[in-house]
Amino acid sequence: MNQTVFAPWDDPKEKPLIRFKGVTKRFGDFTAIDDLTLDIYEREFFALLGPSGCGKTTMMRMLAGFENPTEGVIELSGQNIVPVPPNKRAVNMMFQSYALFPHLTVYDNIAFGLRRGDMPKHDIADRVDEMLKLTRLEKFAARKPHQISGGQRQRVALARSLAKAPKLLLLDEPLGALDAKLRQATQFELVDIQEKTGTTFVIVTHDQEEAMTVASRVAVMDEGRIMQVATPEKIYEAPNSSYVADFIGDVNILTGTVKPAGEGLYQVHWSEGREPNIAASDKNFSEGQTCHLAVRPEKIAISADRPADADNALQGKVLDIAYLGNLSTYHVELQSGKVIKAQTANTRRVSRRSFTWEDPVWVSWTATAGVLLDR
Amino acid sequence: MTKMSWFNVTSITLGFAFLYLPMVILVIYSFNASQLVTVWAGFSTKWYAELLQNEAFLDAAWVTLQVAVMSSTIATLLGTMAAYVLVRSGRFWGRTLFSGMIYAPLVMPEVITGLSLLLLFIGIGLDRGVLTIVLAHTTFSMCYVSVVVSSRLMTFDQSLEEAALDLGCSSFDAFRLVTLPIIAPAVISGWLLAFTLSLDDLVIASFTAGPSATTLPIKIFSAVRLGVSPEINALSTIMIAIVAVGVISASLVSKRNSLRIQRDEQAAARAA
Amino acid sequence: MKRAALIALPYLWLLALFLVPFLIVLKISLSDTDLAIPPYTPTLDQGLRAFIDGLDFENFAFLASDDLYWKAYLSSLRIAAISTVLTLMVGYPVAYAMARAPEEWRATLMMLVILPFWTSFLIRVYAWMGILSGEGFLNQFLLWTGVIAEPLTILNTTTAVYIGIVYTYVPFMILPIYAALDRLDASLIEAAEDLGCSRLKAFWLVTVPLSKNGIIAGSFLVFIPALGEFVIPSLLGGSKTLMIGKVLWEEFFNNRDWPVASAVAVILLLILIVPIILFQRNQQRQSEADQ
Repeated sequence: MNQTVFAPWDDPKEKPLIRFKGVTKRFGDFTAIDDLTLDIYEREFFALLGPSGCGKTTMMRMLAGFENPTEGVIELSGQNIVPVPPNKRAVNMMFQSYALFPHLTVYDNIAFGLRRGDMPKHDIADRVDEMLKLTRLEKFAARKPHQISGGQRQRVALARSLAKAPKLLLLDEPLGALDAKLRQATQFELVDIQEKTGTTFVIVTHDQEEAMTVASRVAVMDEGRIMQVATPEKIYEAPNSSYVADFIGDVNILTGTVKPAGEGLYQVHWSEGREPNIAASDKNFSEGQTCHLAVRPEKIAISADRPADADNALQGKVLDIAYLGNLSTYHVELQSGKVIKAQTANTRRVSRRSFTWEDPVWVSWTATAGVLLDR
Repeated sequence: MTKMSWFNVTSITLGFAFLYLPMVILVIYSFNASQLVTVWAGFSTKWYAELLQNEAFLDAAWVTLQVAVMSSTIATLLGTMAAYVLVRSGRFWGRTLFSGMIYAPLVMPEVITGLSLLLLFIGIGLDRGVLTIVLAHTTFSMCYVSVVVSSRLMTFDQSLEEAALDLGCSSFDAFRLVTLPIIAPAVISGWLLAFTLSLDDLVIASFTAGPSATTLPIKIFSAVRLGVSPEINALSTIMIAIVAVGVISASLVSKRNSLRIQRDEQAAARAA
Repeated sequence: MKRAALIALPYLWLLALFLVPFLIVLKISLSDTDLAIPPYTPTLDQGLRAFIDGLDFENFAFLASDDLYWKAYLSSLRIAAISTVLTLMVGYPVAYAMARAPEEWRATLMMLVILPFWTSFLIRVYAWMGILSGEGFLNQFLLWTGVIAEPLTILNTTTAVYIGIVYTYVPFMILPIYAALDRLDASLIEAAEDLGCSRLKAFWLVTVPLSKNGIIAGSFLVFIPALGEFVIPSLLGGSKTLMIGKVLWEEFFNNRDWPVASAVAVILLLILIVPIILFQRNQQRQSEADQ
């Protein structure tokens, strides 16, 4: 069986479902979205990720029709939807607060959107039953929202927004109100439902782990701009800026100047008299250019002696140890005063770990462990 | 706060005695057999019987009821609209004037409101009667309704309306199917407030009523000016009883509802 | 379009039945009494020019020259101010005790404070007539206990007006103060006592300042309506109790002097504007502080 990877964004023949073309949104003097262009493809699970106030919610509200762009065009299947009011768009939204109608039962909440059209009664009933089954809510159909738990409410909200089989489903922090354990289980459930229904999902979240878990592609946003759009792996392994590297997961960022060292290799110079680092990059840097080297803590090894074969090795002493159960993060202070984080798996019991506070250690990483960034 | 100090117990006791004793005395002496209101001469319901035969009072009561139902209904409509406009409509021309006109009648002395409306009705040549009282009562009670409803709308989760729009409602449908059912308790209490304000009003009704239509408070006032009478005591008792039954049962119902919701929520949280 | 209709309906209603009547009052206060129907001149029928020429401040000059009026204004202000203080003295301990009452009692106590709101104002004032009269319950009680030998004259005096105002308006005082005290964190008092305050000192230094907004709101809610009060002085007050609401009523119904009644109303309104604006500002500050 020849299974092709789902990557419509790499296929130039594929037409996007959603297209933002030069969209700007201003509220008075405040620019929420700044000349933004973005394509989202059919059947994608697309995550808008960023800190609060980065504009991700504004983008979602523009897709739903609650806000209109100040400039630019938003297309759905090739048609400009800016002039279309929210109640006429084939787009549904799952609200952060769920916005379940408190005076209606679970059943009536799910049927609410279907009853707005001219769908025959028994078709509505069939569709609602289907939705109840999909979200495992059959037993709760007759209950009111206050009579069910938080997790069940979340599923009602999902069922209600999916009932009309929208071309696009928007999810505004859909798991924000759930506790950590339930959230994890629900993330997989969400992916499962997305695959089953084949609906395009756009999720807004500030939780990077959630975005990485559920999304086919992630857009990292900051101050109304998109910093990077890529698959979770690319975002993590190959961030295009120190902002993205820093926003997703833990990272060490070292700033210096580059000097080409042939064959896609560069030397990174920190300061006078210190040994330069070696880093690989397929991007081109000119000599003397300022750059940032981003290295993930788990890609940094820690050892008592200088490892013989490491491309980069620096000496320091253990400043702090953050014990996380399965992992430990060592904060190693270099001679320059800079602190480097190195992470190791706790394969042994804590009492038998090799290093403790104040121990002199070496931290090391390979030339390909880090990413060289120009901003 | 398990035990209250004697000082607090005394304050509450004296405070509530002060609030309720005058009405209790009034009620008790409405069953007094004597014509002299302050001398107890045995239990009797004769003043109630007499009241039921007093045509003038019955007529006035009927007029009052009609006025109250009409004015409170129109006031609820207009007041709810005004509240919606104030909370949701953002900026529009003359918004400050509008909100000023909503709040001003709440603090306006009744004599001024009454006088100004009377001068208007005379100015436009409108005969004073039921219609003029209804117009007058609607005007001031719609402001009360709008204050009650707008305070509810301010805490209303706007994403509920957006959800309705998102699911295909027109904005009118969203209001009818979602907003209105949820704010209904506030709208109903607004109506009740408007209704009792209209029932109670003496001053504005005195200015705007004509010889063809006299309300109960006007009748009571002219009777009371001459002194205390057992018949008025009986009438007052009936009115107090209606209000007490209404308010107490309303608060019991709302308390039971909120208890039930609390219980349901706890049960759902446990089941999860 | 729909939005315009939604705004227009209540807007026009209030313009026609609230604002326009005021302009009429203002206009008539500048007119002269006339033995005609309507009993004032000029009217617009006489033409715009004659109409404007006919307006003057004669009525206001009259109000200033006749000491009945300014005495009535002063006496209303005094009665409203004194009753506000009395209401605060009665209402504060009740509100304080309610806020300290066991949790499960508070809702019921609240309802009991609100209940009189729904009962006819007229009846509540009337109830005191039987209590305060010469052979009324209060005198009977005091004579029986032997505190007094002769019945006191309370009804038809200013004292009765104070009692009436305190009685009818005390819920307006209790509710905002209770709301402020209810939100007050009990640990603040404990902290003050922990830091060496006596009970009374903690009350003065912590509780009172933190319930200030409630006190101010309650005071305005009593003072503003008390100033224009008509029913209480006319049922409980005597001929010597001068209150402007009553004067206006009599000027209108007994003397049928519409222009003077209108001028009385205009001045009363001007007096009321100051406390109303102060009240508004207090409310605004409070709602800003809440956010």
